[in-house]
Amino acid sequence: MIRLDDYRHVAPPGVVDIILRLTERLRGRRVLHLSGGRFGEGAAEMLSTTVPLLNDLGLDTRWEITGGDAAFYATTSALRAVLEGTERVLADDALAHYAEMNRINAKKLRLDADVIAIHDVEPAPLIAHRGDGRWVWRCHFDASRGQSRVWSFFGQIINQYDAAVFSLPEFGRRLSVPQYVIHPAIDPLSEKNRELSPRDITTILGALRVGQDKALLLQVGAFSPANDPLGVVNAYRLVKKHYDVRLVLAGTAGGDRESLDVLADLRQAAHHDPDVVVLELPPEAHRQINALQRGATIVLQKSVQAGFPLSAAEAMWKGKPVISGVGAGLSQQVINDVTGYVVHSVEGAAFRIRHLLNNPELIARMGAAGREHVRRGFLVTRHLLESVALLAHLTE
Amino acid sequence: MAAATHPFVFMGCVELRQALDRHASDERELMDRLEEVPAGSIFYHTHGYFLRHRPLTTAYGNDFARWAAVEVRDQTLAERLAVVDPFECADLESLRQELVTIVHDHLRGLAAVPRAEPTGTFHFQQSHIVTVELGPRATTLAEFRDGLAGVDASAIYVHMVEARARLGRPSGDFAEWMRASLGLTALAERIERIDSFMTNLERVRARVLGLVDHALDTPSG
Repeated sequence: MIRLDDYRHVAPPGVVDIILRLTERLRGRRVLHLSGGRFGEGAAEMLSTTVPLLNDLGLDTRWEITGGDAAFYATTSALRAVLEGTERVLADDALAHYAEMNRINAKKLRLDADVIAIHDVEPAPLIAHRGDGRWVWRCHFDASRGQSRVWSFFGQIINQYDAAVFSLPEFGRRLSVPQYVIHPAIDPLSEKNRELSPRDITTILGALRVGQDKALLLQVGAFSPANDPLGVVNAYRLVKKHYDVRLVLAGTAGGDRESLDVLADLRQAAHHDPDVVVLELPPEAHRQINALQRGATIVLQKSVQAGFPLSAAEAMWKGKPVISGVGAGLSQQVINDVTGYVVHSVEGAAFRIRHLLNNPELIARMGAAGREHVRRGFLVTRHLLESVALLAHLTE
Repeated sequence: MAAATHPFVFMGCVELRQALDRHASDERELMDRLEEVPAGSIFYHTHGYFLRHRPLTTAYGNDFARWAAVEVRDQTLAERLAVVDPFECADLESLRQELVTIVHDHLRGLAAVPRAEPTGTFHFQQSHIVTVELGPRATTLAEFRDGLAGVDASAIYVHMVEARARLGRPSGDFAEWMRASLGLTALAERIERIDSFMTNLERVRARVLGLVDHALDTPSG
């Protein structure tokens, strides 16, 4: 089991001691986290790291998941998509069923704690069954662009809480409760981010059939238009005229039509060029992603999506310069001209890749700056610190 | 070595950020919001800048100057805002007035109001500082020196910035303790004169340590 002390050699000096002191002061407090599932990114990934650490520090911290039938999950999935700005149809009876499933869940769950943290959409209506304790809604996505009609329904639920927490100030909506801001974070000791020996990296890349004989450009992310992998291929082609590089696109494919089209186009590109490698990996391929990021020369994250994807922080933690697209979450991670470059076009990405390949000393310098930036701002220790501070603020 | 009448207690802090429903997309909106946001938000975007700023990035002095430079690309306003030293203002209302006046005067000379990129809206925030007692208490100057050298950088912020700007202790906690509890008036005055503006917390720590080391080497100083 990983303990807080294990983070001393990676976290900024003093942070672990502040967490210890603060949790000592809060010992005996009971915290309950409720989310829609135990797997995946966002809430589940963060809770699977922080809940055992908080218990180890003496805070009585439980993590429960809510249940539901297929119709419930179809509604919550559509509701979340709408809140993120996608057009979907949400019928009144589906929303009524959503509330009803939460009423049933409320009977099964023990909702007594000093702080009850409800994550994302599925368990949000549980607030209707609140007892004592302070209730916090933790939103892990960008809710700023959702349909007003749906937000007026959902906002009424959130306004019953004592507070909301968003990953960025611009991800929130007009609410009558205080909105706190806590960035998401990466776990430097997880399988996705922990150190790997050069031999391990070579072995894993060999198994993936990715050679290390030339400079490696890498983008990690779902094969969807939001991540613009085709734009990355076009940038690579512009670079390839001048440099013998290899491009690896690693990720998962969604089942929607657009993502399948993107994947088909990528496979076609790879078919015609052996230096374009498309790796369709399962979501649990953390060690492979770790090795790819460590083996890369330059990492791209040419997303045009909202939200707070942490793949840039993961790559920077491994000492890689990152060329990113424009997005609020990415802009927090990539400091233009310091830890990488923020680009607005395929041409901009190609130009910056060539610039870095022409100036290899910049690759090392930006990589080191990126690692320090992540150490200060995007490690789980900082996330833990702010979460515990919120607990202190709400209960003292 | 003289023992203090009261021990020095090092306090670190965690900054809990709170988003306010106040935004600015152009410089006029910045001026309007500056006039109406809570004083705590002015503090967060000026004094608080020094808690968050890392030497890695370009220094702008405060979040407003950074926004003008990076998101609006109005270097003139950025420069005018950057030189505002929050430590020279008597209180947060004077600081607010100075910022508003700078933006107002700047806008008077322009035909059009400079606007940020669509992704560059300024979001006003404020913070709640949660303080935590750190490390062993110091009862002598040597113990203080050891404690200061190892304490989290946020303690420098609490004792040198927060104490002076928001907690009504204008000398800062280090100088005040040396004067009141150790009787080291000359050292206290030197520490009071340390310029906390446009630097970072580690540099402030190094300057305090330098002065304390000198005092320990020359006990009469």
